[in-house]
Amino acid sequence: MQWTELIVFSALFLLVTVMGFVAARWQKGETLDHLDEWGLGGRKFGSWITWFLVGGDLYTAYTFVAVPALMFGAGALGFYALPYTIILYPLVFLPLVRMWSVSRVHGYVTPADFVKGRYGSHWLALLIAITGIVATMPYIALQLVGLEAVLRSMGLNGSGILGHLPLFIAFLILALYTYQSGLRAPALIAFVKDILIYLVILVAIIYLPSKFGGWGEIFNDAQAKFDATPSKTDGILLTGTNQLQYATLALGSALALFLYPHSLTGILASRGRNVIKRNMVALPAYSLLLGLLALLGFVAISAGTKPIVNQATGRPDTNTIVPELFGANFPSWFAGIAFAAIGIGALVPAAIMSIAAANLWTRNVYKEYVKKNATPAEEAKQAKLASLVVKFGAVAFIVFVDPQFSIDLQLIGGVMILQTLPAVAIALYTRWFHVYGLVAGWVGGMGYGMWLLYNIGNPAVGKAHFAGSALPLGNISIFGWHPFGTSTTQIYVGIVALFVNLLVAVIVTLVAKQAKVSNGVDHTDPSDYHVDEDNPRVKPIAAH
Amino acid sequence: MPSDHKTGLRWSNWNLLLILPLFMLITPWFNMDEPRIFGLPFFYWYQFLFVPLGVACVGIVYVKTKDEPVVTGKPDKLGVDDLDEGAN
Repeated sequence: MQWTELIVFSALFLLVTVMGFVAARWQKGETLDHLDEWGLGGRKFGSWITWFLVGGDLYTAYTFVAVPALMFGAGALGFYALPYTIILYPLVFLPLVRMWSVSRVHGYVTPADFVKGRYGSHWLALLIAITGIVATMPYIALQLVGLEAVLRSMGLNGSGILGHLPLFIAFLILALYTYQSGLRAPALIAFVKDILIYLVILVAIIYLPSKFGGWGEIFNDAQAKFDATPSKTDGILLTGTNQLQYATLALGSALALFLYPHSLTGILASRGRNVIKRNMVALPAYSLLLGLLALLGFVAISAGTKPIVNQATGRPDTNTIVPELFGANFPSWFAGIAFAAIGIGALVPAAIMSIAAANLWTRNVYKEYVKKNATPAEEAKQAKLASLVVKFGAVAFIVFVDPQFSIDLQLIGGVMILQTLPAVAIALYTRWFHVYGLVAGWVGGMGYGMWLLYNIGNPAVGKAHFAGSALPLGNISIFGWHPFGTSTTQIYVGIVALFVNLLVAVIVTLVAKQAKVSNGVDHTDPSDYHVDEDNPRVKPIAAH
Repeated sequence: MPSDHKTGLRWSNWNLLLILPLFMLITPWFNMDEPRIFGLPFFYWYQFLFVPLGVACVGIVYVKTKDEPVVTGKPDKLGVDDLDEGAN
C-alpha cells in the first residue's frame, strides 16, 4: 500500500466530491427539474467553462492511459491520436455551429432529437438514439478501466469481487452527485481535472526525458525494443502496411467523435455560436498535451517499466504503464497528484457520458414510446434515474465481465457511431438522402462493419474475433470478388463500413425518389441553422 | 413548411483553409526518422507542427467569417415570415 499517494489522491478526490454536490447551486437556473437545466447546465456556458468541459470530456482518462500504452506496445501507430485530434476541429468547425443553432431554436437536447425534427421520423431517431447509447456504454466502462489502473497502482490491487470495491465506492459517489447536480457537476470538476492534468504532463514531459538520457536516447531504446520483437508492424516509424490504417484511423476517429452523444452535450450546453467557434480554436491545446503524453509510452520503454498484473484477471495490464512510470519516477506526493489527475480525469467524462445516454433514453425512447405526455419535470426525473442505471451498468460490466470485453466493445462502438454520420452530420446540410436510404445505409454499414470486425483475429494474443480494427485490404470481398487482390495494406474498418453505408444510402435514396415515396416532414427551416444567442426565435430555456 | 427557394447554406472562400490540416494524413510525406530535432524523429516533430497550423487555419476562418450575416434579433433578409412555424 502506498500511503502518501493514497492520502494525496483521497484529499483531491474529496475536494471534487464536495464540488460535485455544491455544483447544483452554481449558476443555478429557475429549476433543476428540466433537461435544459439538469442535462445541459442551463444552456449558458461561456467560452472558458466550455473549454474545460469539452476538453475534460473529449480527452478522457482512458485516452491518457491507453494512448501511451499503445505506443508502448505497438509504436508509431499509437501516435494516430495526434493527427486525429488536430484534423478534428477543422472538420467539425462548420457543422457544429449549425447543430447548435438548430438545436437552440427547437430545444433539441440530443442528436436524435435533431434527426426526428429534420426527418419527422421517430423510428430513424430511435435508431440513432440506440446507436448512441450502445456506443457510449462501453466508453463509460473504459473510464473505469482508467480509474482502476490508478487504484491498482496505488496498491489497491485486491483479487476477486472485493478487489473492485474501491472502484465501486468512487463510482457510487460520482453517481450521487451527478444525480443531484446534472451537467453542472462535471463542468465544475473539469476545472480541477484539466489543471491537474496540465500540471502533471508538463512536469512529466520536462523532467522524465532528462532522467533517461534525452529524447534521442529514448527513441533509440524504443527502436531497439521493437526490432527485437517478431512483429513486423511495430517500430518508431510506420511500416508499409499500416500507413493507410494510421491515416484512416485518425480520419475515422475524428469524424466519429462529435457523433458521440456526450461530445454534443458539451456543445449544446454552450451559450452561443461564438463560444463554440472560439473553442474550436482553443481546444487543440489539449491535442498538444495528448501528443506529448503519447511519447511517455516510449519513455516507459527506456525506464524499463513493467505493466502490473491485474489480480482480478491474472493478466498483465498494459494500461498501468503510465501510472507505474509515474509511481516509480516521481516523489510519492507528486505521484499522488498524478494519480488523482487520471482518476478525476475518469470521473468527468463518465459523468457527461451517463448524462448524454440518459438524455437519449428519456427524449427518444421514454417520451416517444413509454409516456408520450411526460412533463419536463418527469423527463428530468427519468433522466436522473437513467443516469444511475447507466453508471451501475458500466460498473457491472467491469466487475463481472473481463475488462478486455469493454475495450473490444469500445472499438466496435467507434465503428457503430460512425454509421450515424449521414443521418446526423450530412442532414445538417442537406435533406437529399431519403429517410429509407438513411435507414438502409445504417443497416448496411452496421452489418458489414460488425461482420468485418468479427472476422479480425490476432493469433498472437489468441483471439479469433474482434481483435482489432485494422483490416487488410485483401480481406475485402464483394460476393467472392476481391477488388484489392491479396493486398496486406491495412485500413480502418470504420471507414470501409461508412463507405458501404453511404453507397447503400445513395442507391436506396435514388430508388425511393424514383418511386416518389414520402420523405417525412422537415420541421426545421433553412434559417434556423444560422440563429445566434440574441435571436428572439431561440426557445426559452427550461420552457414548458 | 420549409420553402425550397431559400438556401440554408452560406459560403466563404476562407472556409477552404479548413482543408489544409487534412494534408497531415498523407503519411509518406513524413514517415522518416531523419532529420531529428532535440532527438525527436522527423515523423514526430512534423506532426507536432500541425497543431499550430490547425489552430491558425481555424482561427483565421473564425476571424474572417465573423461578419457573415448571422440571423440576429433584427429582421433580416432571410425571410422570417414563417416565424411561428416549425418550433413546436
